Amino acid sequence: MLLGKLTLDAIPWHEPIIMGTGAAVALGGLAMVALLTHFRLWAYLWREWITSVDHKKIGVMYFILGLVMLLRGFADAIMMRAQQAMAVGANPGFLPPHHYDQIFTAHGVIMIFFVATPFILGLMNVVVPLQLGARDVAYPFVNSLGFWLSAFGAVLVMVSMWVGDFAATGWVAYPPLSEMGYSPTTGVDYYIWSLQISGLGTTLAGINFVVTILKMRAPGMDLMKMPVFCWTSLITNILIVAIFPVLTATLAMLSVDRIFDMHFFTNEGGGNAMMYINLIWVWGHPEVYVLILPAFGVYSEVIATFSRKPLFGYSSMVYATSSIGLLSFLVWLHHFFTMGSGANVNAFFGITTSIISIPTGVKLFNWLFTMFRGRIQFHSCTLWTIGFMVTFAVGGMTGVLLAVPGADFMLHNSLFLVAHFHNVIIGGVVYGCLAGMTFWFPKVFGFTLNEFWGKVAFWFWLIGYWLAFTPLYVLGLMGMTRRMNHYEDLSWQPWLLVALVGAVFVGLGILAILVQLAVSIRDRAKNRDTTGDPWNARSLEWSTASPAPFYNFAHVPTITSLEQHWEDKETGRAWVPSAAYEDIHMPRNTGAGFIISAFAFVLGFAVIWNIWWLAALGLFGMIGTFIARSYDRDTDYWVPAAQVEQIEKARYALMQEARP
Amino acid sequence: MSAHHDDGSRTTLGFWIYLMSDCLIFASLFATFVVLAGNVAGGPEGRELFDLPYVGWETLLLLVSSATFGFAMLAMEREDRRALRQWLVLTWLLGAGFIAMELHEFAALIAEGAGPQRSAFLSAYFTLVGTHGLHVTAGLLWLAVMIHQLSVFGIDAMVRRRLACLSLFWHFLDLVWICVFTFVYLRGAV
Repeated sequence: MLLGKLTLDAIPWHEPIIMGTGAAVALGGLAMVALLTHFRLWAYLWREWITSVDHKKIGVMYFILGLVMLLRGFADAIMMRAQQAMAVGANPGFLPPHHYDQIFTAHGVIMIFFVATPFILGLMNVVVPLQLGARDVAYPFVNSLGFWLSAFGAVLVMVSMWVGDFAATGWVAYPPLSEMGYSPTTGVDYYIWSLQISGLGTTLAGINFVVTILKMRAPGMDLMKMPVFCWTSLITNILIVAIFPVLTATLAMLSVDRIFDMHFFTNEGGGNAMMYINLIWVWGHPEVYVLILPAFGVYSEVIATFSRKPLFGYSSMVYATSSIGLLSFLVWLHHFFTMGSGANVNAFFGITTSIISIPTGVKLFNWLFTMFRGRIQFHSCTLWTIGFMVTFAVGGMTGVLLAVPGADFMLHNSLFLVAHFHNVIIGGVVYGCLAGMTFWFPKVFGFTLNEFWGKVAFWFWLIGYWLAFTPLYVLGLMGMTRRMNHYEDLSWQPWLLVALVGAVFVGLGILAILVQLAVSIRDRAKNRDTTGDPWNARSLEWSTASPAPFYNFAHVPTITSLEQHWEDKETGRAWVPSAAYEDIHMPRNTGAGFIISAFAFVLGFAVIWNIWWLAALGLFGMIGTFIARSYDRDTDYWVPAAQVEQIEKARYALMQEARP
Repeated sequence: MSAHHDDGSRTTLGFWIYLMSDCLIFASLFATFVVLAGNVAGGPEGRELFDLPYVGWETLLLLVSSATFGFAMLAMEREDRRALRQWLVLTWLLGAGFIAMELHEFAALIAEGAGPQRSAFLSAYFTLVGTHGLHVTAGLLWLAVMIHQLSVFGIDAMVRRRLACLSLFWHFLDLVWICVFTFVYLRGAV
């Protein structure tokens, strides 16, 4: 009663893989705690990071969250590939079906919600205010709250591994399979609550960035003088605000079906499962554009910088981005052409889906024309971009193929589909985030990343992607469906072995990134960026120091050009030290975001296990902390001009040393 | 120097955007309700369950509370702290009356075997109307906090801004309720 449904049986004692991982994580965690205690870093961590409202630090924390969860998501992936490489004929493989089903569900959920989304939000956090010439986002406290909600959502997913189980339904948890009758364990509840908590965080981030971009641009920066990355971020955040509420409502309905025995999507009582499937894809399809648009923004910045040319067709980029945003709401039904809505409805959605390839094609040509007759430098960022263009074009074409309802009836739920969306998500979103990380890393940390290991990572990822997923296209055409725990057709196995090798290559690519980070931190003195502009780049963020000071800009810049920093360099107005500095108004750090999110975690965990007193505690804790915070009137402070002057003078002295 | 300072317009814009996103939660619930409204699974239909005059009184309470909130905002413009406080308290009482009536209605339905477990129609009904009720309850809590903050801080810029947002929220819930009344009760009762 006191612990609801939670008993010691909830821990999967008999699963050696899970318990082994659990032991490793516990030991690693203990080592971490010991180190932090030994070096007395707890107070530092609390003061400088956990309570921070600095958008750059929050961006870094989003990225760390994404990287950690990438390791987990990849571990799931390699287990699936290993299982499918061996589980043919008499061999059952090493993963029992219930565990395997949880793994493919967790892999999808983690990669979309806790890897790709944090990467995108991390990039936007770091870059958008700097590109706008702002000192922070519109609501710094909400920013911190949004991050911690996402992080605690991720913790909830991780907890499900050792306490109870995770959903075994696939990453969008279709009912009636996800209803109580067919998924009686707490797995789907973990799924629901981790997404509700992190989804709330994402919605808050969306509102925050829309207001930041609309209201906090430096004077003179009208919308058509805004860098393309900010444009893609604006559209992405408008999409977030428009779709995440639908996800929240949909999961809430599934949740009351499960908890209160209601009949929204059940087989009995007049429920309608197709309503869920419609709603989840009203969220789900725009969601993929939420992820890809900022990546498009990264490529635009990178390719202009490393081709030493302004971006070709800026305004067509803006219109293409906006029309993709609009069209993304008109295509959701292509996820279930097989539902049986009739030829006319399917034709409509098939056509709208194909139309999206037009603005996307415009973008691709714009990037190519930007490179045309440019002085291209083959930096690792450039390699990611070129690798993206080649890979993504193929993924786009297989997408158009799937948009044809007749073809889709054959390919629906096959590995062809799996290959298609990995093609666009790895080749589009992941490459873009890694390019963005390399590109803006010096702006946050003050030193560049190691190029050699960056290129190693790129080649492993590129070859790895193609090795791992080309066979899946072939297998899809051969008739292999997705999510198979075991199969009888021996002719599939060689292809799956190649796919396993590809996954190992991707794993080496991830390893190369970790090595790159380690080597770069070791050599940070050598790779120091004293100019603030290591790539000879074009937009505003490169005019301030690297690492950017906490107030970003000593003076809010006035904008006269689309490529303000480039123009300043051309006209000799860049890096001119100011004669007089002024006081700067900045938000104070606060622990409220962390505390509210921790209570949200308690609430989620308690509802999952039906521990109602604890759920009440979590809810009242959230509300109480929020109310208490609303009585705090001392939420910002002034940085005295003298301190600004000191920081800026030190920066210019360093620049003088580097460029005599 | 002023670039970081929010004159309030930033908060108001953000709150509007939040309201639009909340509107989409209701849109999803309305769409689902419309799809499921006929799926009574052999159970009672809206016509047998809804007591229109009762819901009419309930609606009246909420509509009047919107008007009293309007008077509260006028009092705030006049810097009349006493009147502002009185109008806010009156708004709170009307809102609380609305919630009490709604809870009573829910309890009656459950008692006659027409709870949310009975059919998809009733699941959708309780969830849609209940979500609105939860919003009003959150609004009541917010209102109580603001009445207290008014006595602690007076009518300062922050209290002003928050009351402006709360008033948007309150009128928004009124609009949602008008849709509920139309599409759930009137449509169900004929």
